Amino acid sequence: MPSFAFLDRSRTVAKPGFSRWMVPPAALCIHLCIGQAYALSVFNLPMTKLIGITESTPGDWKLTDLGWIFSLAMFFLGTSAAVFGRWVEEGGPRRAMFTAGLCWAGGFLLSAVGVYAHHLWLIYLGYGVLGGCGLGIGYISPVSTLIKWFPDRPGMATGMAIMGFGGGAFIASPLSVWLMGKFTTPTHIGVAETFVIMGCIYFVFMMVGAAIVRVPPPGWQPAGYTPPREAQRLITKNDVYVYDALKTPQFWLIWWVLCLNVTAGIGVLGQASAMSQEMFPGHVTPVAAAGFVGLLSLFNMMGRFFWASTSDVIGRKNTYFCFFVIGTVLYCLVPWTGSTGSVAFFVLCFVVIISMYGGGFSTVPAYLKDMFGTRYVGAIHGMLLTAWSAAGIFGPVLVNYIREYQIEHGIPKTQAYNTTMYIMAALLVIGFICNFMIKAVHARHHMKGDEAERAVARVGAVGRPAGA
Amino acid sequence: MQNAKQDQSTKLKLVLAWGFVGIPLAWGVTQTIANAMKLFQ
Repeated sequence: MPSFAFLDRSRTVAKPGFSRWMVPPAALCIHLCIGQAYALSVFNLPMTKLIGITESTPGDWKLTDLGWIFSLAMFFLGTSAAVFGRWVEEGGPRRAMFTAGLCWAGGFLLSAVGVYAHHLWLIYLGYGVLGGCGLGIGYISPVSTLIKWFPDRPGMATGMAIMGFGGGAFIASPLSVWLMGKFTTPTHIGVAETFVIMGCIYFVFMMVGAAIVRVPPPGWQPAGYTPPREAQRLITKNDVYVYDALKTPQFWLIWWVLCLNVTAGIGVLGQASAMSQEMFPGHVTPVAAAGFVGLLSLFNMMGRFFWASTSDVIGRKNTYFCFFVIGTVLYCLVPWTGSTGSVAFFVLCFVVIISMYGGGFSTVPAYLKDMFGTRYVGAIHGMLLTAWSAAGIFGPVLVNYIREYQIEHGIPKTQAYNTTMYIMAALLVIGFICNFMIKAVHARHHMKGDEAERAVARVGAVGRPAGA
Repeated sequence: MQNAKQDQSTKLKLVLAWGFVGIPLAWGVTQTIANAMKLFQ
């Protein structure tokens, strides 16, 4: 039996002289890889022509069937993050990153077999289920470790990692296109080979992350940092047990805050290309629309770092107030930009909106840490990601169906998104109210002294080899 | 003397680790910006 003792939390405790700035690159190794999920669509068209090569034949897969791969992966992201959150927290970051690497790379390899044998169910199982679990475990794996290393700047630290998730597509998209170009011949489309190579690259990258990650020794504080003596109004010094967090109104209010913020952004992100062309016919070409999508991805990534770092200065609650107030105003202005034909202002509105969409993801781990303490923040964050899965359904459905409804009722395409924009603004107003209602967690939910000690012992014990 | 060596080794590790993730990310961002510029052409 192979020994996996090197994965134990006890083996990842940093030695004196270790720089905490080594931890963000470890986290980025994971998030840059799993961020590939945002670039999965580059495989869609090639996978509809695997038999016909130049065009789809009746035996080829349909786009609607292929769309399920991404949906499955997102579903398993939320589910695995929720189910395995406590295991990730107690087993330590290296074990979680290693497992995420195996799942993610394994998902690519299984999908390659699926493409080679032309069995779509193998891709559902590979990328959708196995890869989805890699996504969920990988996404939450570095969160609490980063928060513990950066108690002075938790927002910035988690923002850096989650920025990597937004940036992963930037690497994956051109790399996938380049690799497919290398392996495609007049009689064959090189999707399977691309999956194999990408799976291997991601495995190496994620193993490097797992190797260099470290947890701080007990009681460690950064040099020159003095923790506040008394808890601030919205920053607790206590910890809440993972399942007790579910019993608090704060968890569910933050769940809605995240869900509404993501719903408002995700639908637009998916429809950005079509929307820009339909709202500005003749002004925005398909090539320019692709550029617009690229620009949105860039601001999605930068917003993750910017807003999370800002939250360290102005506070998490105020950061979300910014999202909801600025977002509401901008969504209400979008129809006006369409009616005046101002492409520049339209682009400006959406890059800010999308930066706040990314900021919502990256600020929430620090918000949870402020509310529930650091001990189980990764696991609680995992359960909160179900809000993302829910928003992944609400957002696109709202945008697509309302647009269809409007067009069916004779509204010109240039104005078909107006109602959607006002609905998005209304959702953000509800988000504002939820955020406003968030108060400090009641003391009855805090872990008591002996309970906290038992949890520490459990965290120390999990993952140790038998007899150690 | 030993502290200075450890400092140098830590710095080298930091450069390698950040380069390992930073170079691919910078390449991807450059590619994306190049594509996004088409919006303004």
